[in-house]
Amino acid sequence: MNKITVTDLNLYYGQFHALKGINLAFPAREITALIGPSGCGKSTLLKTLNRMNDLVEGCRITGSVKLDDQEIYGGMDVNTLRKRVGMVFQKPNPFPMSIYDNIAYGPRTHGVRSRVMLDEIVERSLTQAAIWDEVKDRLKKSALGLSGGQQQRLCIARALAVEPEVLLMDESTSALDPISTGKIEELAMELKKQYTIITVTHNMQQAARISDNTAFFLLGDMVEYGKTEQIFSFPQDKRTEDYITGRFG
Amino acid sequence: MAKFKETAMHYVFLLTACVSIAAVAVICVYLLANGIPTIAEIGLGNFFGLTWKPSQNLYGIVPFIVGSIYVTAGAIIVGVPVGILCAVFLARFCPRRLYQVLNPAVRLMAGIPSIVYGFFGLMVIVPVVQQLTGTSGKGLLTASLLLGIMILPTIIGTAEPALRAVPQSYYEGALALGATHERSTFTAVLPAAASGVMSGVILGVGRAIGETMAVIMIAGNQARMPGGLLDGLRTMTSNIVLEMGYSTGLHRQALIATGVVLFVFILIINTCFSLMKRRSET
Repeated sequence: MNKITVTDLNLYYGQFHALKGINLAFPAREITALIGPSGCGKSTLLKTLNRMNDLVEGCRITGSVKLDDQEIYGGMDVNTLRKRVGMVFQKPNPFPMSIYDNIAYGPRTHGVRSRVMLDEIVERSLTQAAIWDEVKDRLKKSALGLSGGQQQRLCIARALAVEPEVLLMDESTSALDPISTGKIEELAMELKKQYTIITVTHNMQQAARISDNTAFFLLGDMVEYGKTEQIFSFPQDKRTEDYITGRFG
Repeated sequence: MAKFKETAMHYVFLLTACVSIAAVAVICVYLLANGIPTIAEIGLGNFFGLTWKPSQNLYGIVPFIVGSIYVTAGAIIVGVPVGILCAVFLARFCPRRLYQVLNPAVRLMAGIPSIVYGFFGLMVIVPVVQQLTGTSGKGLLTASLLLGIMILPTIIGTAEPALRAVPQSYYEGALALGATHERSTFTAVLPAAASGVMSGVILGVGRAIGETMAVIMIAGNQARMPGGLLDGLRTMTSNIVLEMGYSTGLHRQALIATGVVLFVFILIINTCFSLMKRRSET
């Protein structure tokens, strides 16, 4: 079962051809890692999936990206898309408001007003993101008082609060210490029971540890895509092998 | 030689810094030295009384204090919503081409002499209010409208950079949750800029309470307790300007004492502003 299917995707930033004829499918309830050196287009591809690229001036896209069977660059409302495809950014970006209001922001955006329901959503999301015990006594305190790792888990909880189907993680552990990174990796493994997760990472070990599938990008091309064990044990392409063994990148 | 230059410049800068601080200090001392004895001489009860009749030795400035507060409040009601929304528009909605026109226009507003605003009020707002209400057209309503316009550049000039300084990640974070551009702007970006926006509002209040020329031309200037929205009133600043030219003796001293009260108001406003700024920096 594929959750997102990308077909013949080309993306241009002005004259620059950033993604070249990408074809790949993201299986539902699995973790797919996008790897490759900086500037290879992996983050660009990730942002294509929830249309955050719309914010970039001069960005042009051809080809097709389907969520289930719906074309996301067709008639689908972009806010509905972003509700279904949540995103966690590279740097934790909690809003400068209370922990509670951070989590409730998404549900409120989508029309949940009832205090009882919001309380429930906040507790459930924070529990899912494995941070409830740490913050349950300080829900009314500012989210900016949390540590970096806690902030990032808060952001994951915030994304989960709108009940997305897909979770995009854009190098979400690169700004964190190893212990926080470990917590978020565990969390991702746990979350894939319910969500389709697509993660961009510079950390090879991380990709090997947590992902089910891996796609390797280089200069806007998708060089290789397959099961993670396959890619890391028997890479088909010389360039993939060179990259994952650390010969460049 | 280079060392000498540096030392020399050091003292030049020190001197210039001292000049500005000295100016404030001298104003402070002058006002207090003249004002406090006067207030004592007039008597607190008389000075903070309701009647201003210098010919009968009645120097009650409460009507002017109330007048200043009314006019400032009116300016806030008119100017703050417009100013904040305008800043939001300029920072987050305005197409680049339009911005290149609007931004200089707002800056120009700040540079227009207040007497010109006064003329505008006299020639445009007063006749309109006159026609609509059948009164003289000079009074609280007109003054509020005009002052509301006059404080716009102050509010916009502070609030817009504050909005621009909000990290883009807040905006993107809200979008990624499915919020529209509008919702993201008003519920994620604007609250994040709240202290900067409030600083702009406080500066605007300071501008409104200190404004003189424009207010004199359109407020009616009756030296009595302000009545309704359409009644004329006199502010502290107008009172000083209107009577300073011919006053002598205690009357003149009373006007200076009015300046002391005004100065205290400005001090309070500036303190609020600094507190607000400090809060935004932490």
